[in-house]
Amino acid sequence: MTLELCGVSRVVEGRVHIHPTDLVLQGGTMNVLLGPTLSGKTSLMRLMAGLDVPSAGQIFWNGQDVTGQRVQDRRVAMVYQQFINYPSMTVYDNIASPLRLQGRKKAEIDRDVRAVAEMLKLTPMLDRKPLQLSGGQQQRCALARALVKGAGLVLLDEPLANLDYKLREELRLEIPRIFEASGAIFVYATTEPEEALLLGGNTATLWEGRVTQFGPTPQVYRQPACAITARVFSDPPMNFVPVTKTGHRLNLGHLASAPAEGAFAALPDGRYLAGFRANHLALKRHSGRAVEFACRISATEITGSESFLHLAHGPDLWVGLVGGVHDIAPGTEVSVWLDPAHVYLFDEAGALVAPAAYAAAA
Amino acid sequence: MDKSQNNRAWFLVLPVLVLVAFSAVIPLMTVVNYSVQDTFGNNAFFWAGLEWFEEIITSERIHAALGRQVLFTAIILAIQVPLGIFVALHMPKKGFWASLCLILMAMPLLIPFNVVGTIWQIFGRVDIGLLGRVLTALGFDYNYTSDWLDAWATVIVMDVWHWTSLVALLCYAGLQSIPEAYYQAAKIDQASRWAVFRHIELPKMRGVLLIAVLLRFMDSFMIYTEPFVVTGGGPGNATTFLSIDLVKMAIGQFDLGPAAAFSIIYFLVILLISWVFYTVMTNLDRETK
Amino acid sequence: MAEITLSKLAHSYFAKPRGEADFALKEMDHVWQDGGAYALLGASGCGKTTLLNIISGLVTPSQGRVLFGGRDVTRAPTAERNIAQVFQFPVVYDTMTVRENLAFPLKNRGRDAAYVARRVDQIAKMIGMESALDRRAQGLTADAKQKISLGRGMVREDVNAILFDEPLTVIDPHMKWELRTQLKQLHREFGHTMIYVTHDQTEALTFADKVVVMHEGRVVQTGTPEELFETPEHTFVGYFIGSPGMNLFDAEVQGETARVNGIDVPLGAAYPALRGRVQIGIRPEFVSLAAEGLPVTVTRVEDVGRHRILRAEAFGRPVNLLLPEGEAAATGQTRLRLAPEKINVYADDWRVKPLGQQRGA
Repeated sequence: MTLELCGVSRVVEGRVHIHPTDLVLQGGTMNVLLGPTLSGKTSLMRLMAGLDVPSAGQIFWNGQDVTGQRVQDRRVAMVYQQFINYPSMTVYDNIASPLRLQGRKKAEIDRDVRAVAEMLKLTPMLDRKPLQLSGGQQQRCALARALVKGAGLVLLDEPLANLDYKLREELRLEIPRIFEASGAIFVYATTEPEEALLLGGNTATLWEGRVTQFGPTPQVYRQPACAITARVFSDPPMNFVPVTKTGHRLNLGHLASAPAEGAFAALPDGRYLAGFRANHLALKRHSGRAVEFACRISATEITGSESFLHLAHGPDLWVGLVGGVHDIAPGTEVSVWLDPAHVYLFDEAGALVAPAAYAAAA
Repeated sequence: MDKSQNNRAWFLVLPVLVLVAFSAVIPLMTVVNYSVQDTFGNNAFFWAGLEWFEEIITSERIHAALGRQVLFTAIILAIQVPLGIFVALHMPKKGFWASLCLILMAMPLLIPFNVVGTIWQIFGRVDIGLLGRVLTALGFDYNYTSDWLDAWATVIVMDVWHWTSLVALLCYAGLQSIPEAYYQAAKIDQASRWAVFRHIELPKMRGVLLIAVLLRFMDSFMIYTEPFVVTGGGPGNATTFLSIDLVKMAIGQFDLGPAAAFSIIYFLVILLISWVFYTVMTNLDRETK
Repeated sequence: MAEITLSKLAHSYFAKPRGEADFALKEMDHVWQDGGAYALLGASGCGKTTLLNIISGLVTPSQGRVLFGGRDVTRAPTAERNIAQVFQFPVVYDTMTVRENLAFPLKNRGRDAAYVARRVDQIAKMIGMESALDRRAQGLTADAKQKISLGRGMVREDVNAILFDEPLTVIDPHMKWELRTQLKQLHREFGHTMIYVTHDQTEALTFADKVVVMHEGRVVQTGTPEELFETPEHTFVGYFIGSPGMNLFDAEVQGETARVNGIDVPLGAAYPALRGRVQIGIRPEFVSLAAEGLPVTVTRVEDVGRHRILRAEAFGRPVNLLLPEGEAAATGQTRLRLAPEKINVYADDWRVKPLGQQRGA
């Protein structure tokens, strides 16, 4: 089973919603579309589902051209951010509805409904109406309806966004397990990098209607091909600082410098942009090679076990995440350390020129 | 939007097209046909060109009816729109009383037009009608069959009674869509009652108000049955609005040619004014974006 | 500005509540200190919104009193309480410009024009909307509208408290960082009492000096983020805060040792004899792979970037632990070490203080 997008784009009233996109999704994979609001996640899903027709390009399902084919004629299921169920039907009838539309036998329907209900822990609620359920259970019901169809392509558009934090955590754990059992192509849109990481599989990062990178999730996370992907796939946002390379030295931001080693050594002299994640900053020298930066604290946030430091290094605003509780008064000058092994170098156009040493090793 | 194209959909629209053709397009064409011909009976028709149109456009009788019609519609809109909004704002938001209000408000809308006319015709009679008797007893010289002002007042009050609910119900639906948080925020901001109306309620009602004004304009501009039943267009010609005049011309005098030309002009006038209303109000809406 | 006291407060949405189950908010006493940054944290339906609405005056409690700086305002309408509130979804006046929106609460209170102009400029700068001040609010993005709502909540300097009802729900993750930092700065600059309602632990912990955790209509713990993390007073707090939540094992506790399914686990302190359901709890952050200790079977390893979550099973119950980025994970059978000083002991879901800390602590 494959879904292939070839040069698919979508333009509405002269505005580009999706730039020409090539993407191949394999059967039995979880594919996350990660990007901020309005980056084109939903537009791309609608194209995949056949709800919208691409302005250019073709869509192939198992090698067969399905561009322009109606959504009703494809084997597609979709789950939305809102909990969409038939309010007047019981949970059982809700789950059975797509099978009844397919004209399946009663015994078969009953078997499938009960199997899916069991998988989604809905068995005790089968006789209830959706509005008598909690938000998490309502969304389980919607998920069950999507799964029971036996659709080859299951599209989940921020399905957990309207749920409580803890419920989200619970369902997030279950979704990969459910999907592994189904064998379909799953596409899952989210704005949260952490959710993409927890779901695993593959991730496509989206920015302003463009897929900036697609690959196995940990790989996209650790080896972003450009500054935009790195930015989209970091929460807190990735920190950036301008760099000049002269000879064997990298001059970072204000007054900080490090020897250009490893992949950095081979780069021509010039101006670059260094990117690094919040958790790689430290409040003390944590490795022999660590570079010191003078920063001013603008705020600290304590999570109980860790502290987020909001830092200003010259004109650059950074976020650092350090272990332990550090309640530092705003305005305080502090030194933070960064191991060059955790630094990605991008050229001035934002393309990656040298990966972080730690990620290349991982 | 270029959603998935499916040409089979056109087959589904076909029955409606056929129906509309028989019920609207063909009768309209007959009217066009009459409007450019003259007849002396015996089914013999002669080409008359634009003669009837000229006659209608220059007719003082029609001018007077148009004047009355415009005045009537203006008064109706000036009363019903603010009154409808006022009523909607003061209806209970939920619970038993809200349901009761909705039922009571819907009642006048469910009564057939000629029945409404008959009710008020009897209600206002000075000999047996409750309203007429009471007004007379209070010392008013009220008689809608002889005094033009009384006739107007009766027709207007009747229309207000009949149709204000429509405006009110539409506005009520608009108000119901305002999230509670807006009112809470306004309380916290210490907004005045007027500010809440001006900045929260009115903007949210704009869409339904546009529909309400359009419907009330079209309906009142075409009003026929109720004043016909109550006053028959009198006293004299005092309440002879355009439709009543048209029917008099077509059925009473059997002037089919001029009546047909009149119909077409009448139709175009309504279309034009509705279009102006719609454009102005949607433009207002767009400017604010 | 004032201290807010809740005295014997309880609320039921039923006219005649029968029993405790009918109360959305169980009886409580609580003091919100003047100038504190509080978060009210709990799952949906735990009563946190009811409590917020009682403070803002949108709901009148069935019993008990609400005092603002000693003055009883239990039955006073919202407008009299002099509070500001920011709602979950943006509430802006579409017909007004951004400037008029921000000035509205001040104008309604008859402040002079010069002051209003100065204050609006100040707030606009804070929410980063100086360039959009003269645009109409209608047609702005949800992000921008919510910033206006935040700004309107912040514009009055003399409010008793600013209440936030899940204000960042509609905001993108990256923007959340920015707005949260701004809220903190505002709190520091103006010292308003702020109460922030949320179901999101990260938002609650990072925003507040004191977090009030609610569960089933009851306050189960009030404490600093550190206290909630280190010593959850109730198993619910252990579960609700932290991601993944605290690991719990049924155990028999004797002195300084807990017995979990026949295996001895050393504790950091001695405990008295306990009755009821006894459990020990430990955060995944304080569990590590070891040669000796609790035997478990690893079921899954999740790479979440800056660390990995190792999901395992011990005696049929799930156990999680966190591994730092780059550290080797284990598969199959392995053993876990629980850091003794980080273990908490619970009897019937409430934390038991170790011996020696019982008094004076």
